[in-house]
Amino acid sequence: MSGTAASMHDAHHEAPTSFVRKYVFSTDHKMIAKQYIFIALFWAFVGGLLAYMFRWQLAWPETPVWGFGWISEDADFMPTGRIGPEVYNALITMHGTIMVFFVAMPLLLASMGNFLIPLMVGARDMAFPRLNMLSVWVLATASLILLASFFVEGGAAAAGWTGYPPLSAKVDYTGVIWGIDLWLLALALEFASFLMGGINFLVTPFNMRTRGMSLFRMPLMIWMIVIASVLFLLSVGPLIAGAVFLLLDRNLGTSFFLPEGGGDPLLWQHLFWFFGHPEVYVIFLPALGVMLEVISTFSRKTIYGYRPIIYAVLTAGVLSFVVWAHHQFISGLDPRLATPFSITTILISVPFAFVVFSLLATLWKSSIRLDTPMWFAIGGLSIFVFGGVTGIFNGSATVDIFIHDTLFVVAHFHSTLFSAVFLGGFCAIYYWYPKMFGRVMDEFWGKVHFAGTYLGFLAVFVPMHLVGVGGMVRRVADHTKYDLFIPLQPWNEWMTVAAIVLFLFQFVFAVNFIRSLYWGREAGENPWGGTTLEWTTPSPPPHGNWPGAIPEVHNAPYEYGVPGIDGEWVSQDQPAP
Amino acid sequence: MLSWLPRNVSTFGGDVDSIFTMIYYIVGIWFIATQVFLLYCIIRFRRRDGQKSDYTPGNTMSQMMWILIPCALVLVLDLWIDFRGADVWAKVKINQPASQVVVRLTAKQFNWIFTYPGPDGKFGTKDDKKFQNDMHVPVNKVVRIILTGEDVIHSFFVPEMRLKQDVVPGREIPAWFEATQTGKYEIPCAELCGTGHTGMKGFLYVHPEAEYKNWVAKNWPGS
Repeated sequence: MSGTAASMHDAHHEAPTSFVRKYVFSTDHKMIAKQYIFIALFWAFVGGLLAYMFRWQLAWPETPVWGFGWISEDADFMPTGRIGPEVYNALITMHGTIMVFFVAMPLLLASMGNFLIPLMVGARDMAFPRLNMLSVWVLATASLILLASFFVEGGAAAAGWTGYPPLSAKVDYTGVIWGIDLWLLALALEFASFLMGGINFLVTPFNMRTRGMSLFRMPLMIWMIVIASVLFLLSVGPLIAGAVFLLLDRNLGTSFFLPEGGGDPLLWQHLFWFFGHPEVYVIFLPALGVMLEVISTFSRKTIYGYRPIIYAVLTAGVLSFVVWAHHQFISGLDPRLATPFSITTILISVPFAFVVFSLLATLWKSSIRLDTPMWFAIGGLSIFVFGGVTGIFNGSATVDIFIHDTLFVVAHFHSTLFSAVFLGGFCAIYYWYPKMFGRVMDEFWGKVHFAGTYLGFLAVFVPMHLVGVGGMVRRVADHTKYDLFIPLQPWNEWMTVAAIVLFLFQFVFAVNFIRSLYWGREAGENPWGGTTLEWTTPSPPPHGNWPGAIPEVHNAPYEYGVPGIDGEWVSQDQPAP
Repeated sequence: MLSWLPRNVSTFGGDVDSIFTMIYYIVGIWFIATQVFLLYCIIRFRRRDGQKSDYTPGNTMSQMMWILIPCALVLVLDLWIDFRGADVWAKVKINQPASQVVVRLTAKQFNWIFTYPGPDGKFGTKDDKKFQNDMHVPVNKVVRIILTGEDVIHSFFVPEMRLKQDVVPGREIPAWFEATQTGKYEIPCAELCGTGHTGMKGFLYVHPEAEYKNWVAKNWPGS
């Protein structure tokens, strides 16, 4: 079957020559991947800027944010650069929404999925290139709507990124008029974009693999993208329904979530979190895929337990559908439900412990090269373990009685998501940048960027766990209004300074990224010593991905250190040793 | 990290903290073990000339055991955490004891309103009395709170009592605690509830028995 599919897609398309068809409305998966990266990096900058602003407010409440002092006294928004509680609520809401839906998903799933699936499975392009183009432009539309919501009357959405009704369901409760409607619209479009993308991410690996690329010879990165796409497609339905209900409640006077009309606020939480936990893996699994690829390549060692890792991740994926109420232990849910959900939640640690142990075993008796991508992979793994173990506290319903809605929870999910989105995302960019642009990013500045990001992260989020244990509640704009938190306030200042340093280090990355486009070292086909198919074609690959025929596959991926071979590895397209 | 916990002044707070402590030590050991292993690998297995990595694809049972045994250990520890935690959870949230002191809390943007039933012990009668943001209770007595809300979701949180419970409009959710020390404790709202969320707080006054009686006598003279 793969033979016929491959030959069918061998039919050569001409490369587009006009600027618009090549760079703007392109159907080439590699260009679309770059477009996703630029959308994600733009939003990452905005999300980081918002974080800077609300961290300023937390450290030095009601003082003008440095850099915003020029705003006039009569302005509706941040007069004289001061952040009040209204603006603060909008900032944290938009920060969460942006980072999860407009950075994490485009950067990890969409851009890496688009770039890597055809190159890794041996296809000329994605299965549905026009649908692919549509998905990126729907996301661009969603981005414009979300951006516009900052500037409408009443300001941007301010009901938390989780948008719990009744707060989000009535204008009177928040004072936000258009903001939440636009927020819901942007989210709905983002989901539509990823539904289209998800179809491509499933159909391409299943139907368009080259000859010899059996399912269990696919690189783990592809497996992770496939599993993430399945999780997304299966979980997003309830949330779309919830978003429609909320729009109706806001605009047409229905009462799905309003108790005075017979609705139930908890219904939204069920719909939201039924999606919410699989969504964590939608974000995390591609990052895990990156770590697996990079750790195997740079340790020159085959993955310890390729198939069991796939089964473990599938198990975690299935479990992720029956854990959602761990966000709701103290929400007023029947308390007898807490223990079953606590058990399923904590059980997720078993498959992920399996994956972590497999990665550690992969490093054992290996031959490690500490290039920039490897630093990000190891750093990401290290912080992911940190986020994993702090998750056990949150997974316990009993401990949740105290730490729910404290900064401990915020610190926990930043450990998992920051390690996935940023350490994993940067890892992917440093690793595949040579393939995308034909040049290697600067190693020295890459390592500086890693050191600043890794240590900066720890400097912000380790103390955040501690103040959370001290009881400091999240989503509060000024902790000095509480006697209990005043002694902890110096830590707020420390975390803000550390966050600013962390943010500034990202400019090292930005400069390196742009500079290397022109002055980076030429990459050649295979700069890192990878075994998978994307390293068998020139960098950047031409339109259609391989100048000649698509290579055939004869080996499993990650065949490093195979006994009896001459070099260090056997690439997937080489004859079996 | 444990020393950062606020002091505990409720009867079940120690149980909650004991689960916290138990998890802290279990995951702490795993965390340190994995980080040390990772660091050791980076140092010990740095690339050297002529060094070739071992070929261990982990496809035999004897190789898999290196992973499966630690995973089994993780599973056992998970279940231990679950079942010990479930007992404490049941104590705090499920098997709520009866009480002589019952208070009705109505949360609304941006206040806690505490209603006391008065001498007749019934709500909805003439001798009910409302207190804005102040809650008065006796020490060493079980106190029962019935949480209701008027507008959006709020969350009743007394850090020192290790008690938190969301207040959901349209529902009546019971909670309880028994204070072991007198004093004045803050009640921040822990769920984002709008622009006044920051600073939405009340105070819980835990009185000695006699002082509490005086407070009752002052508010319901002649009872």
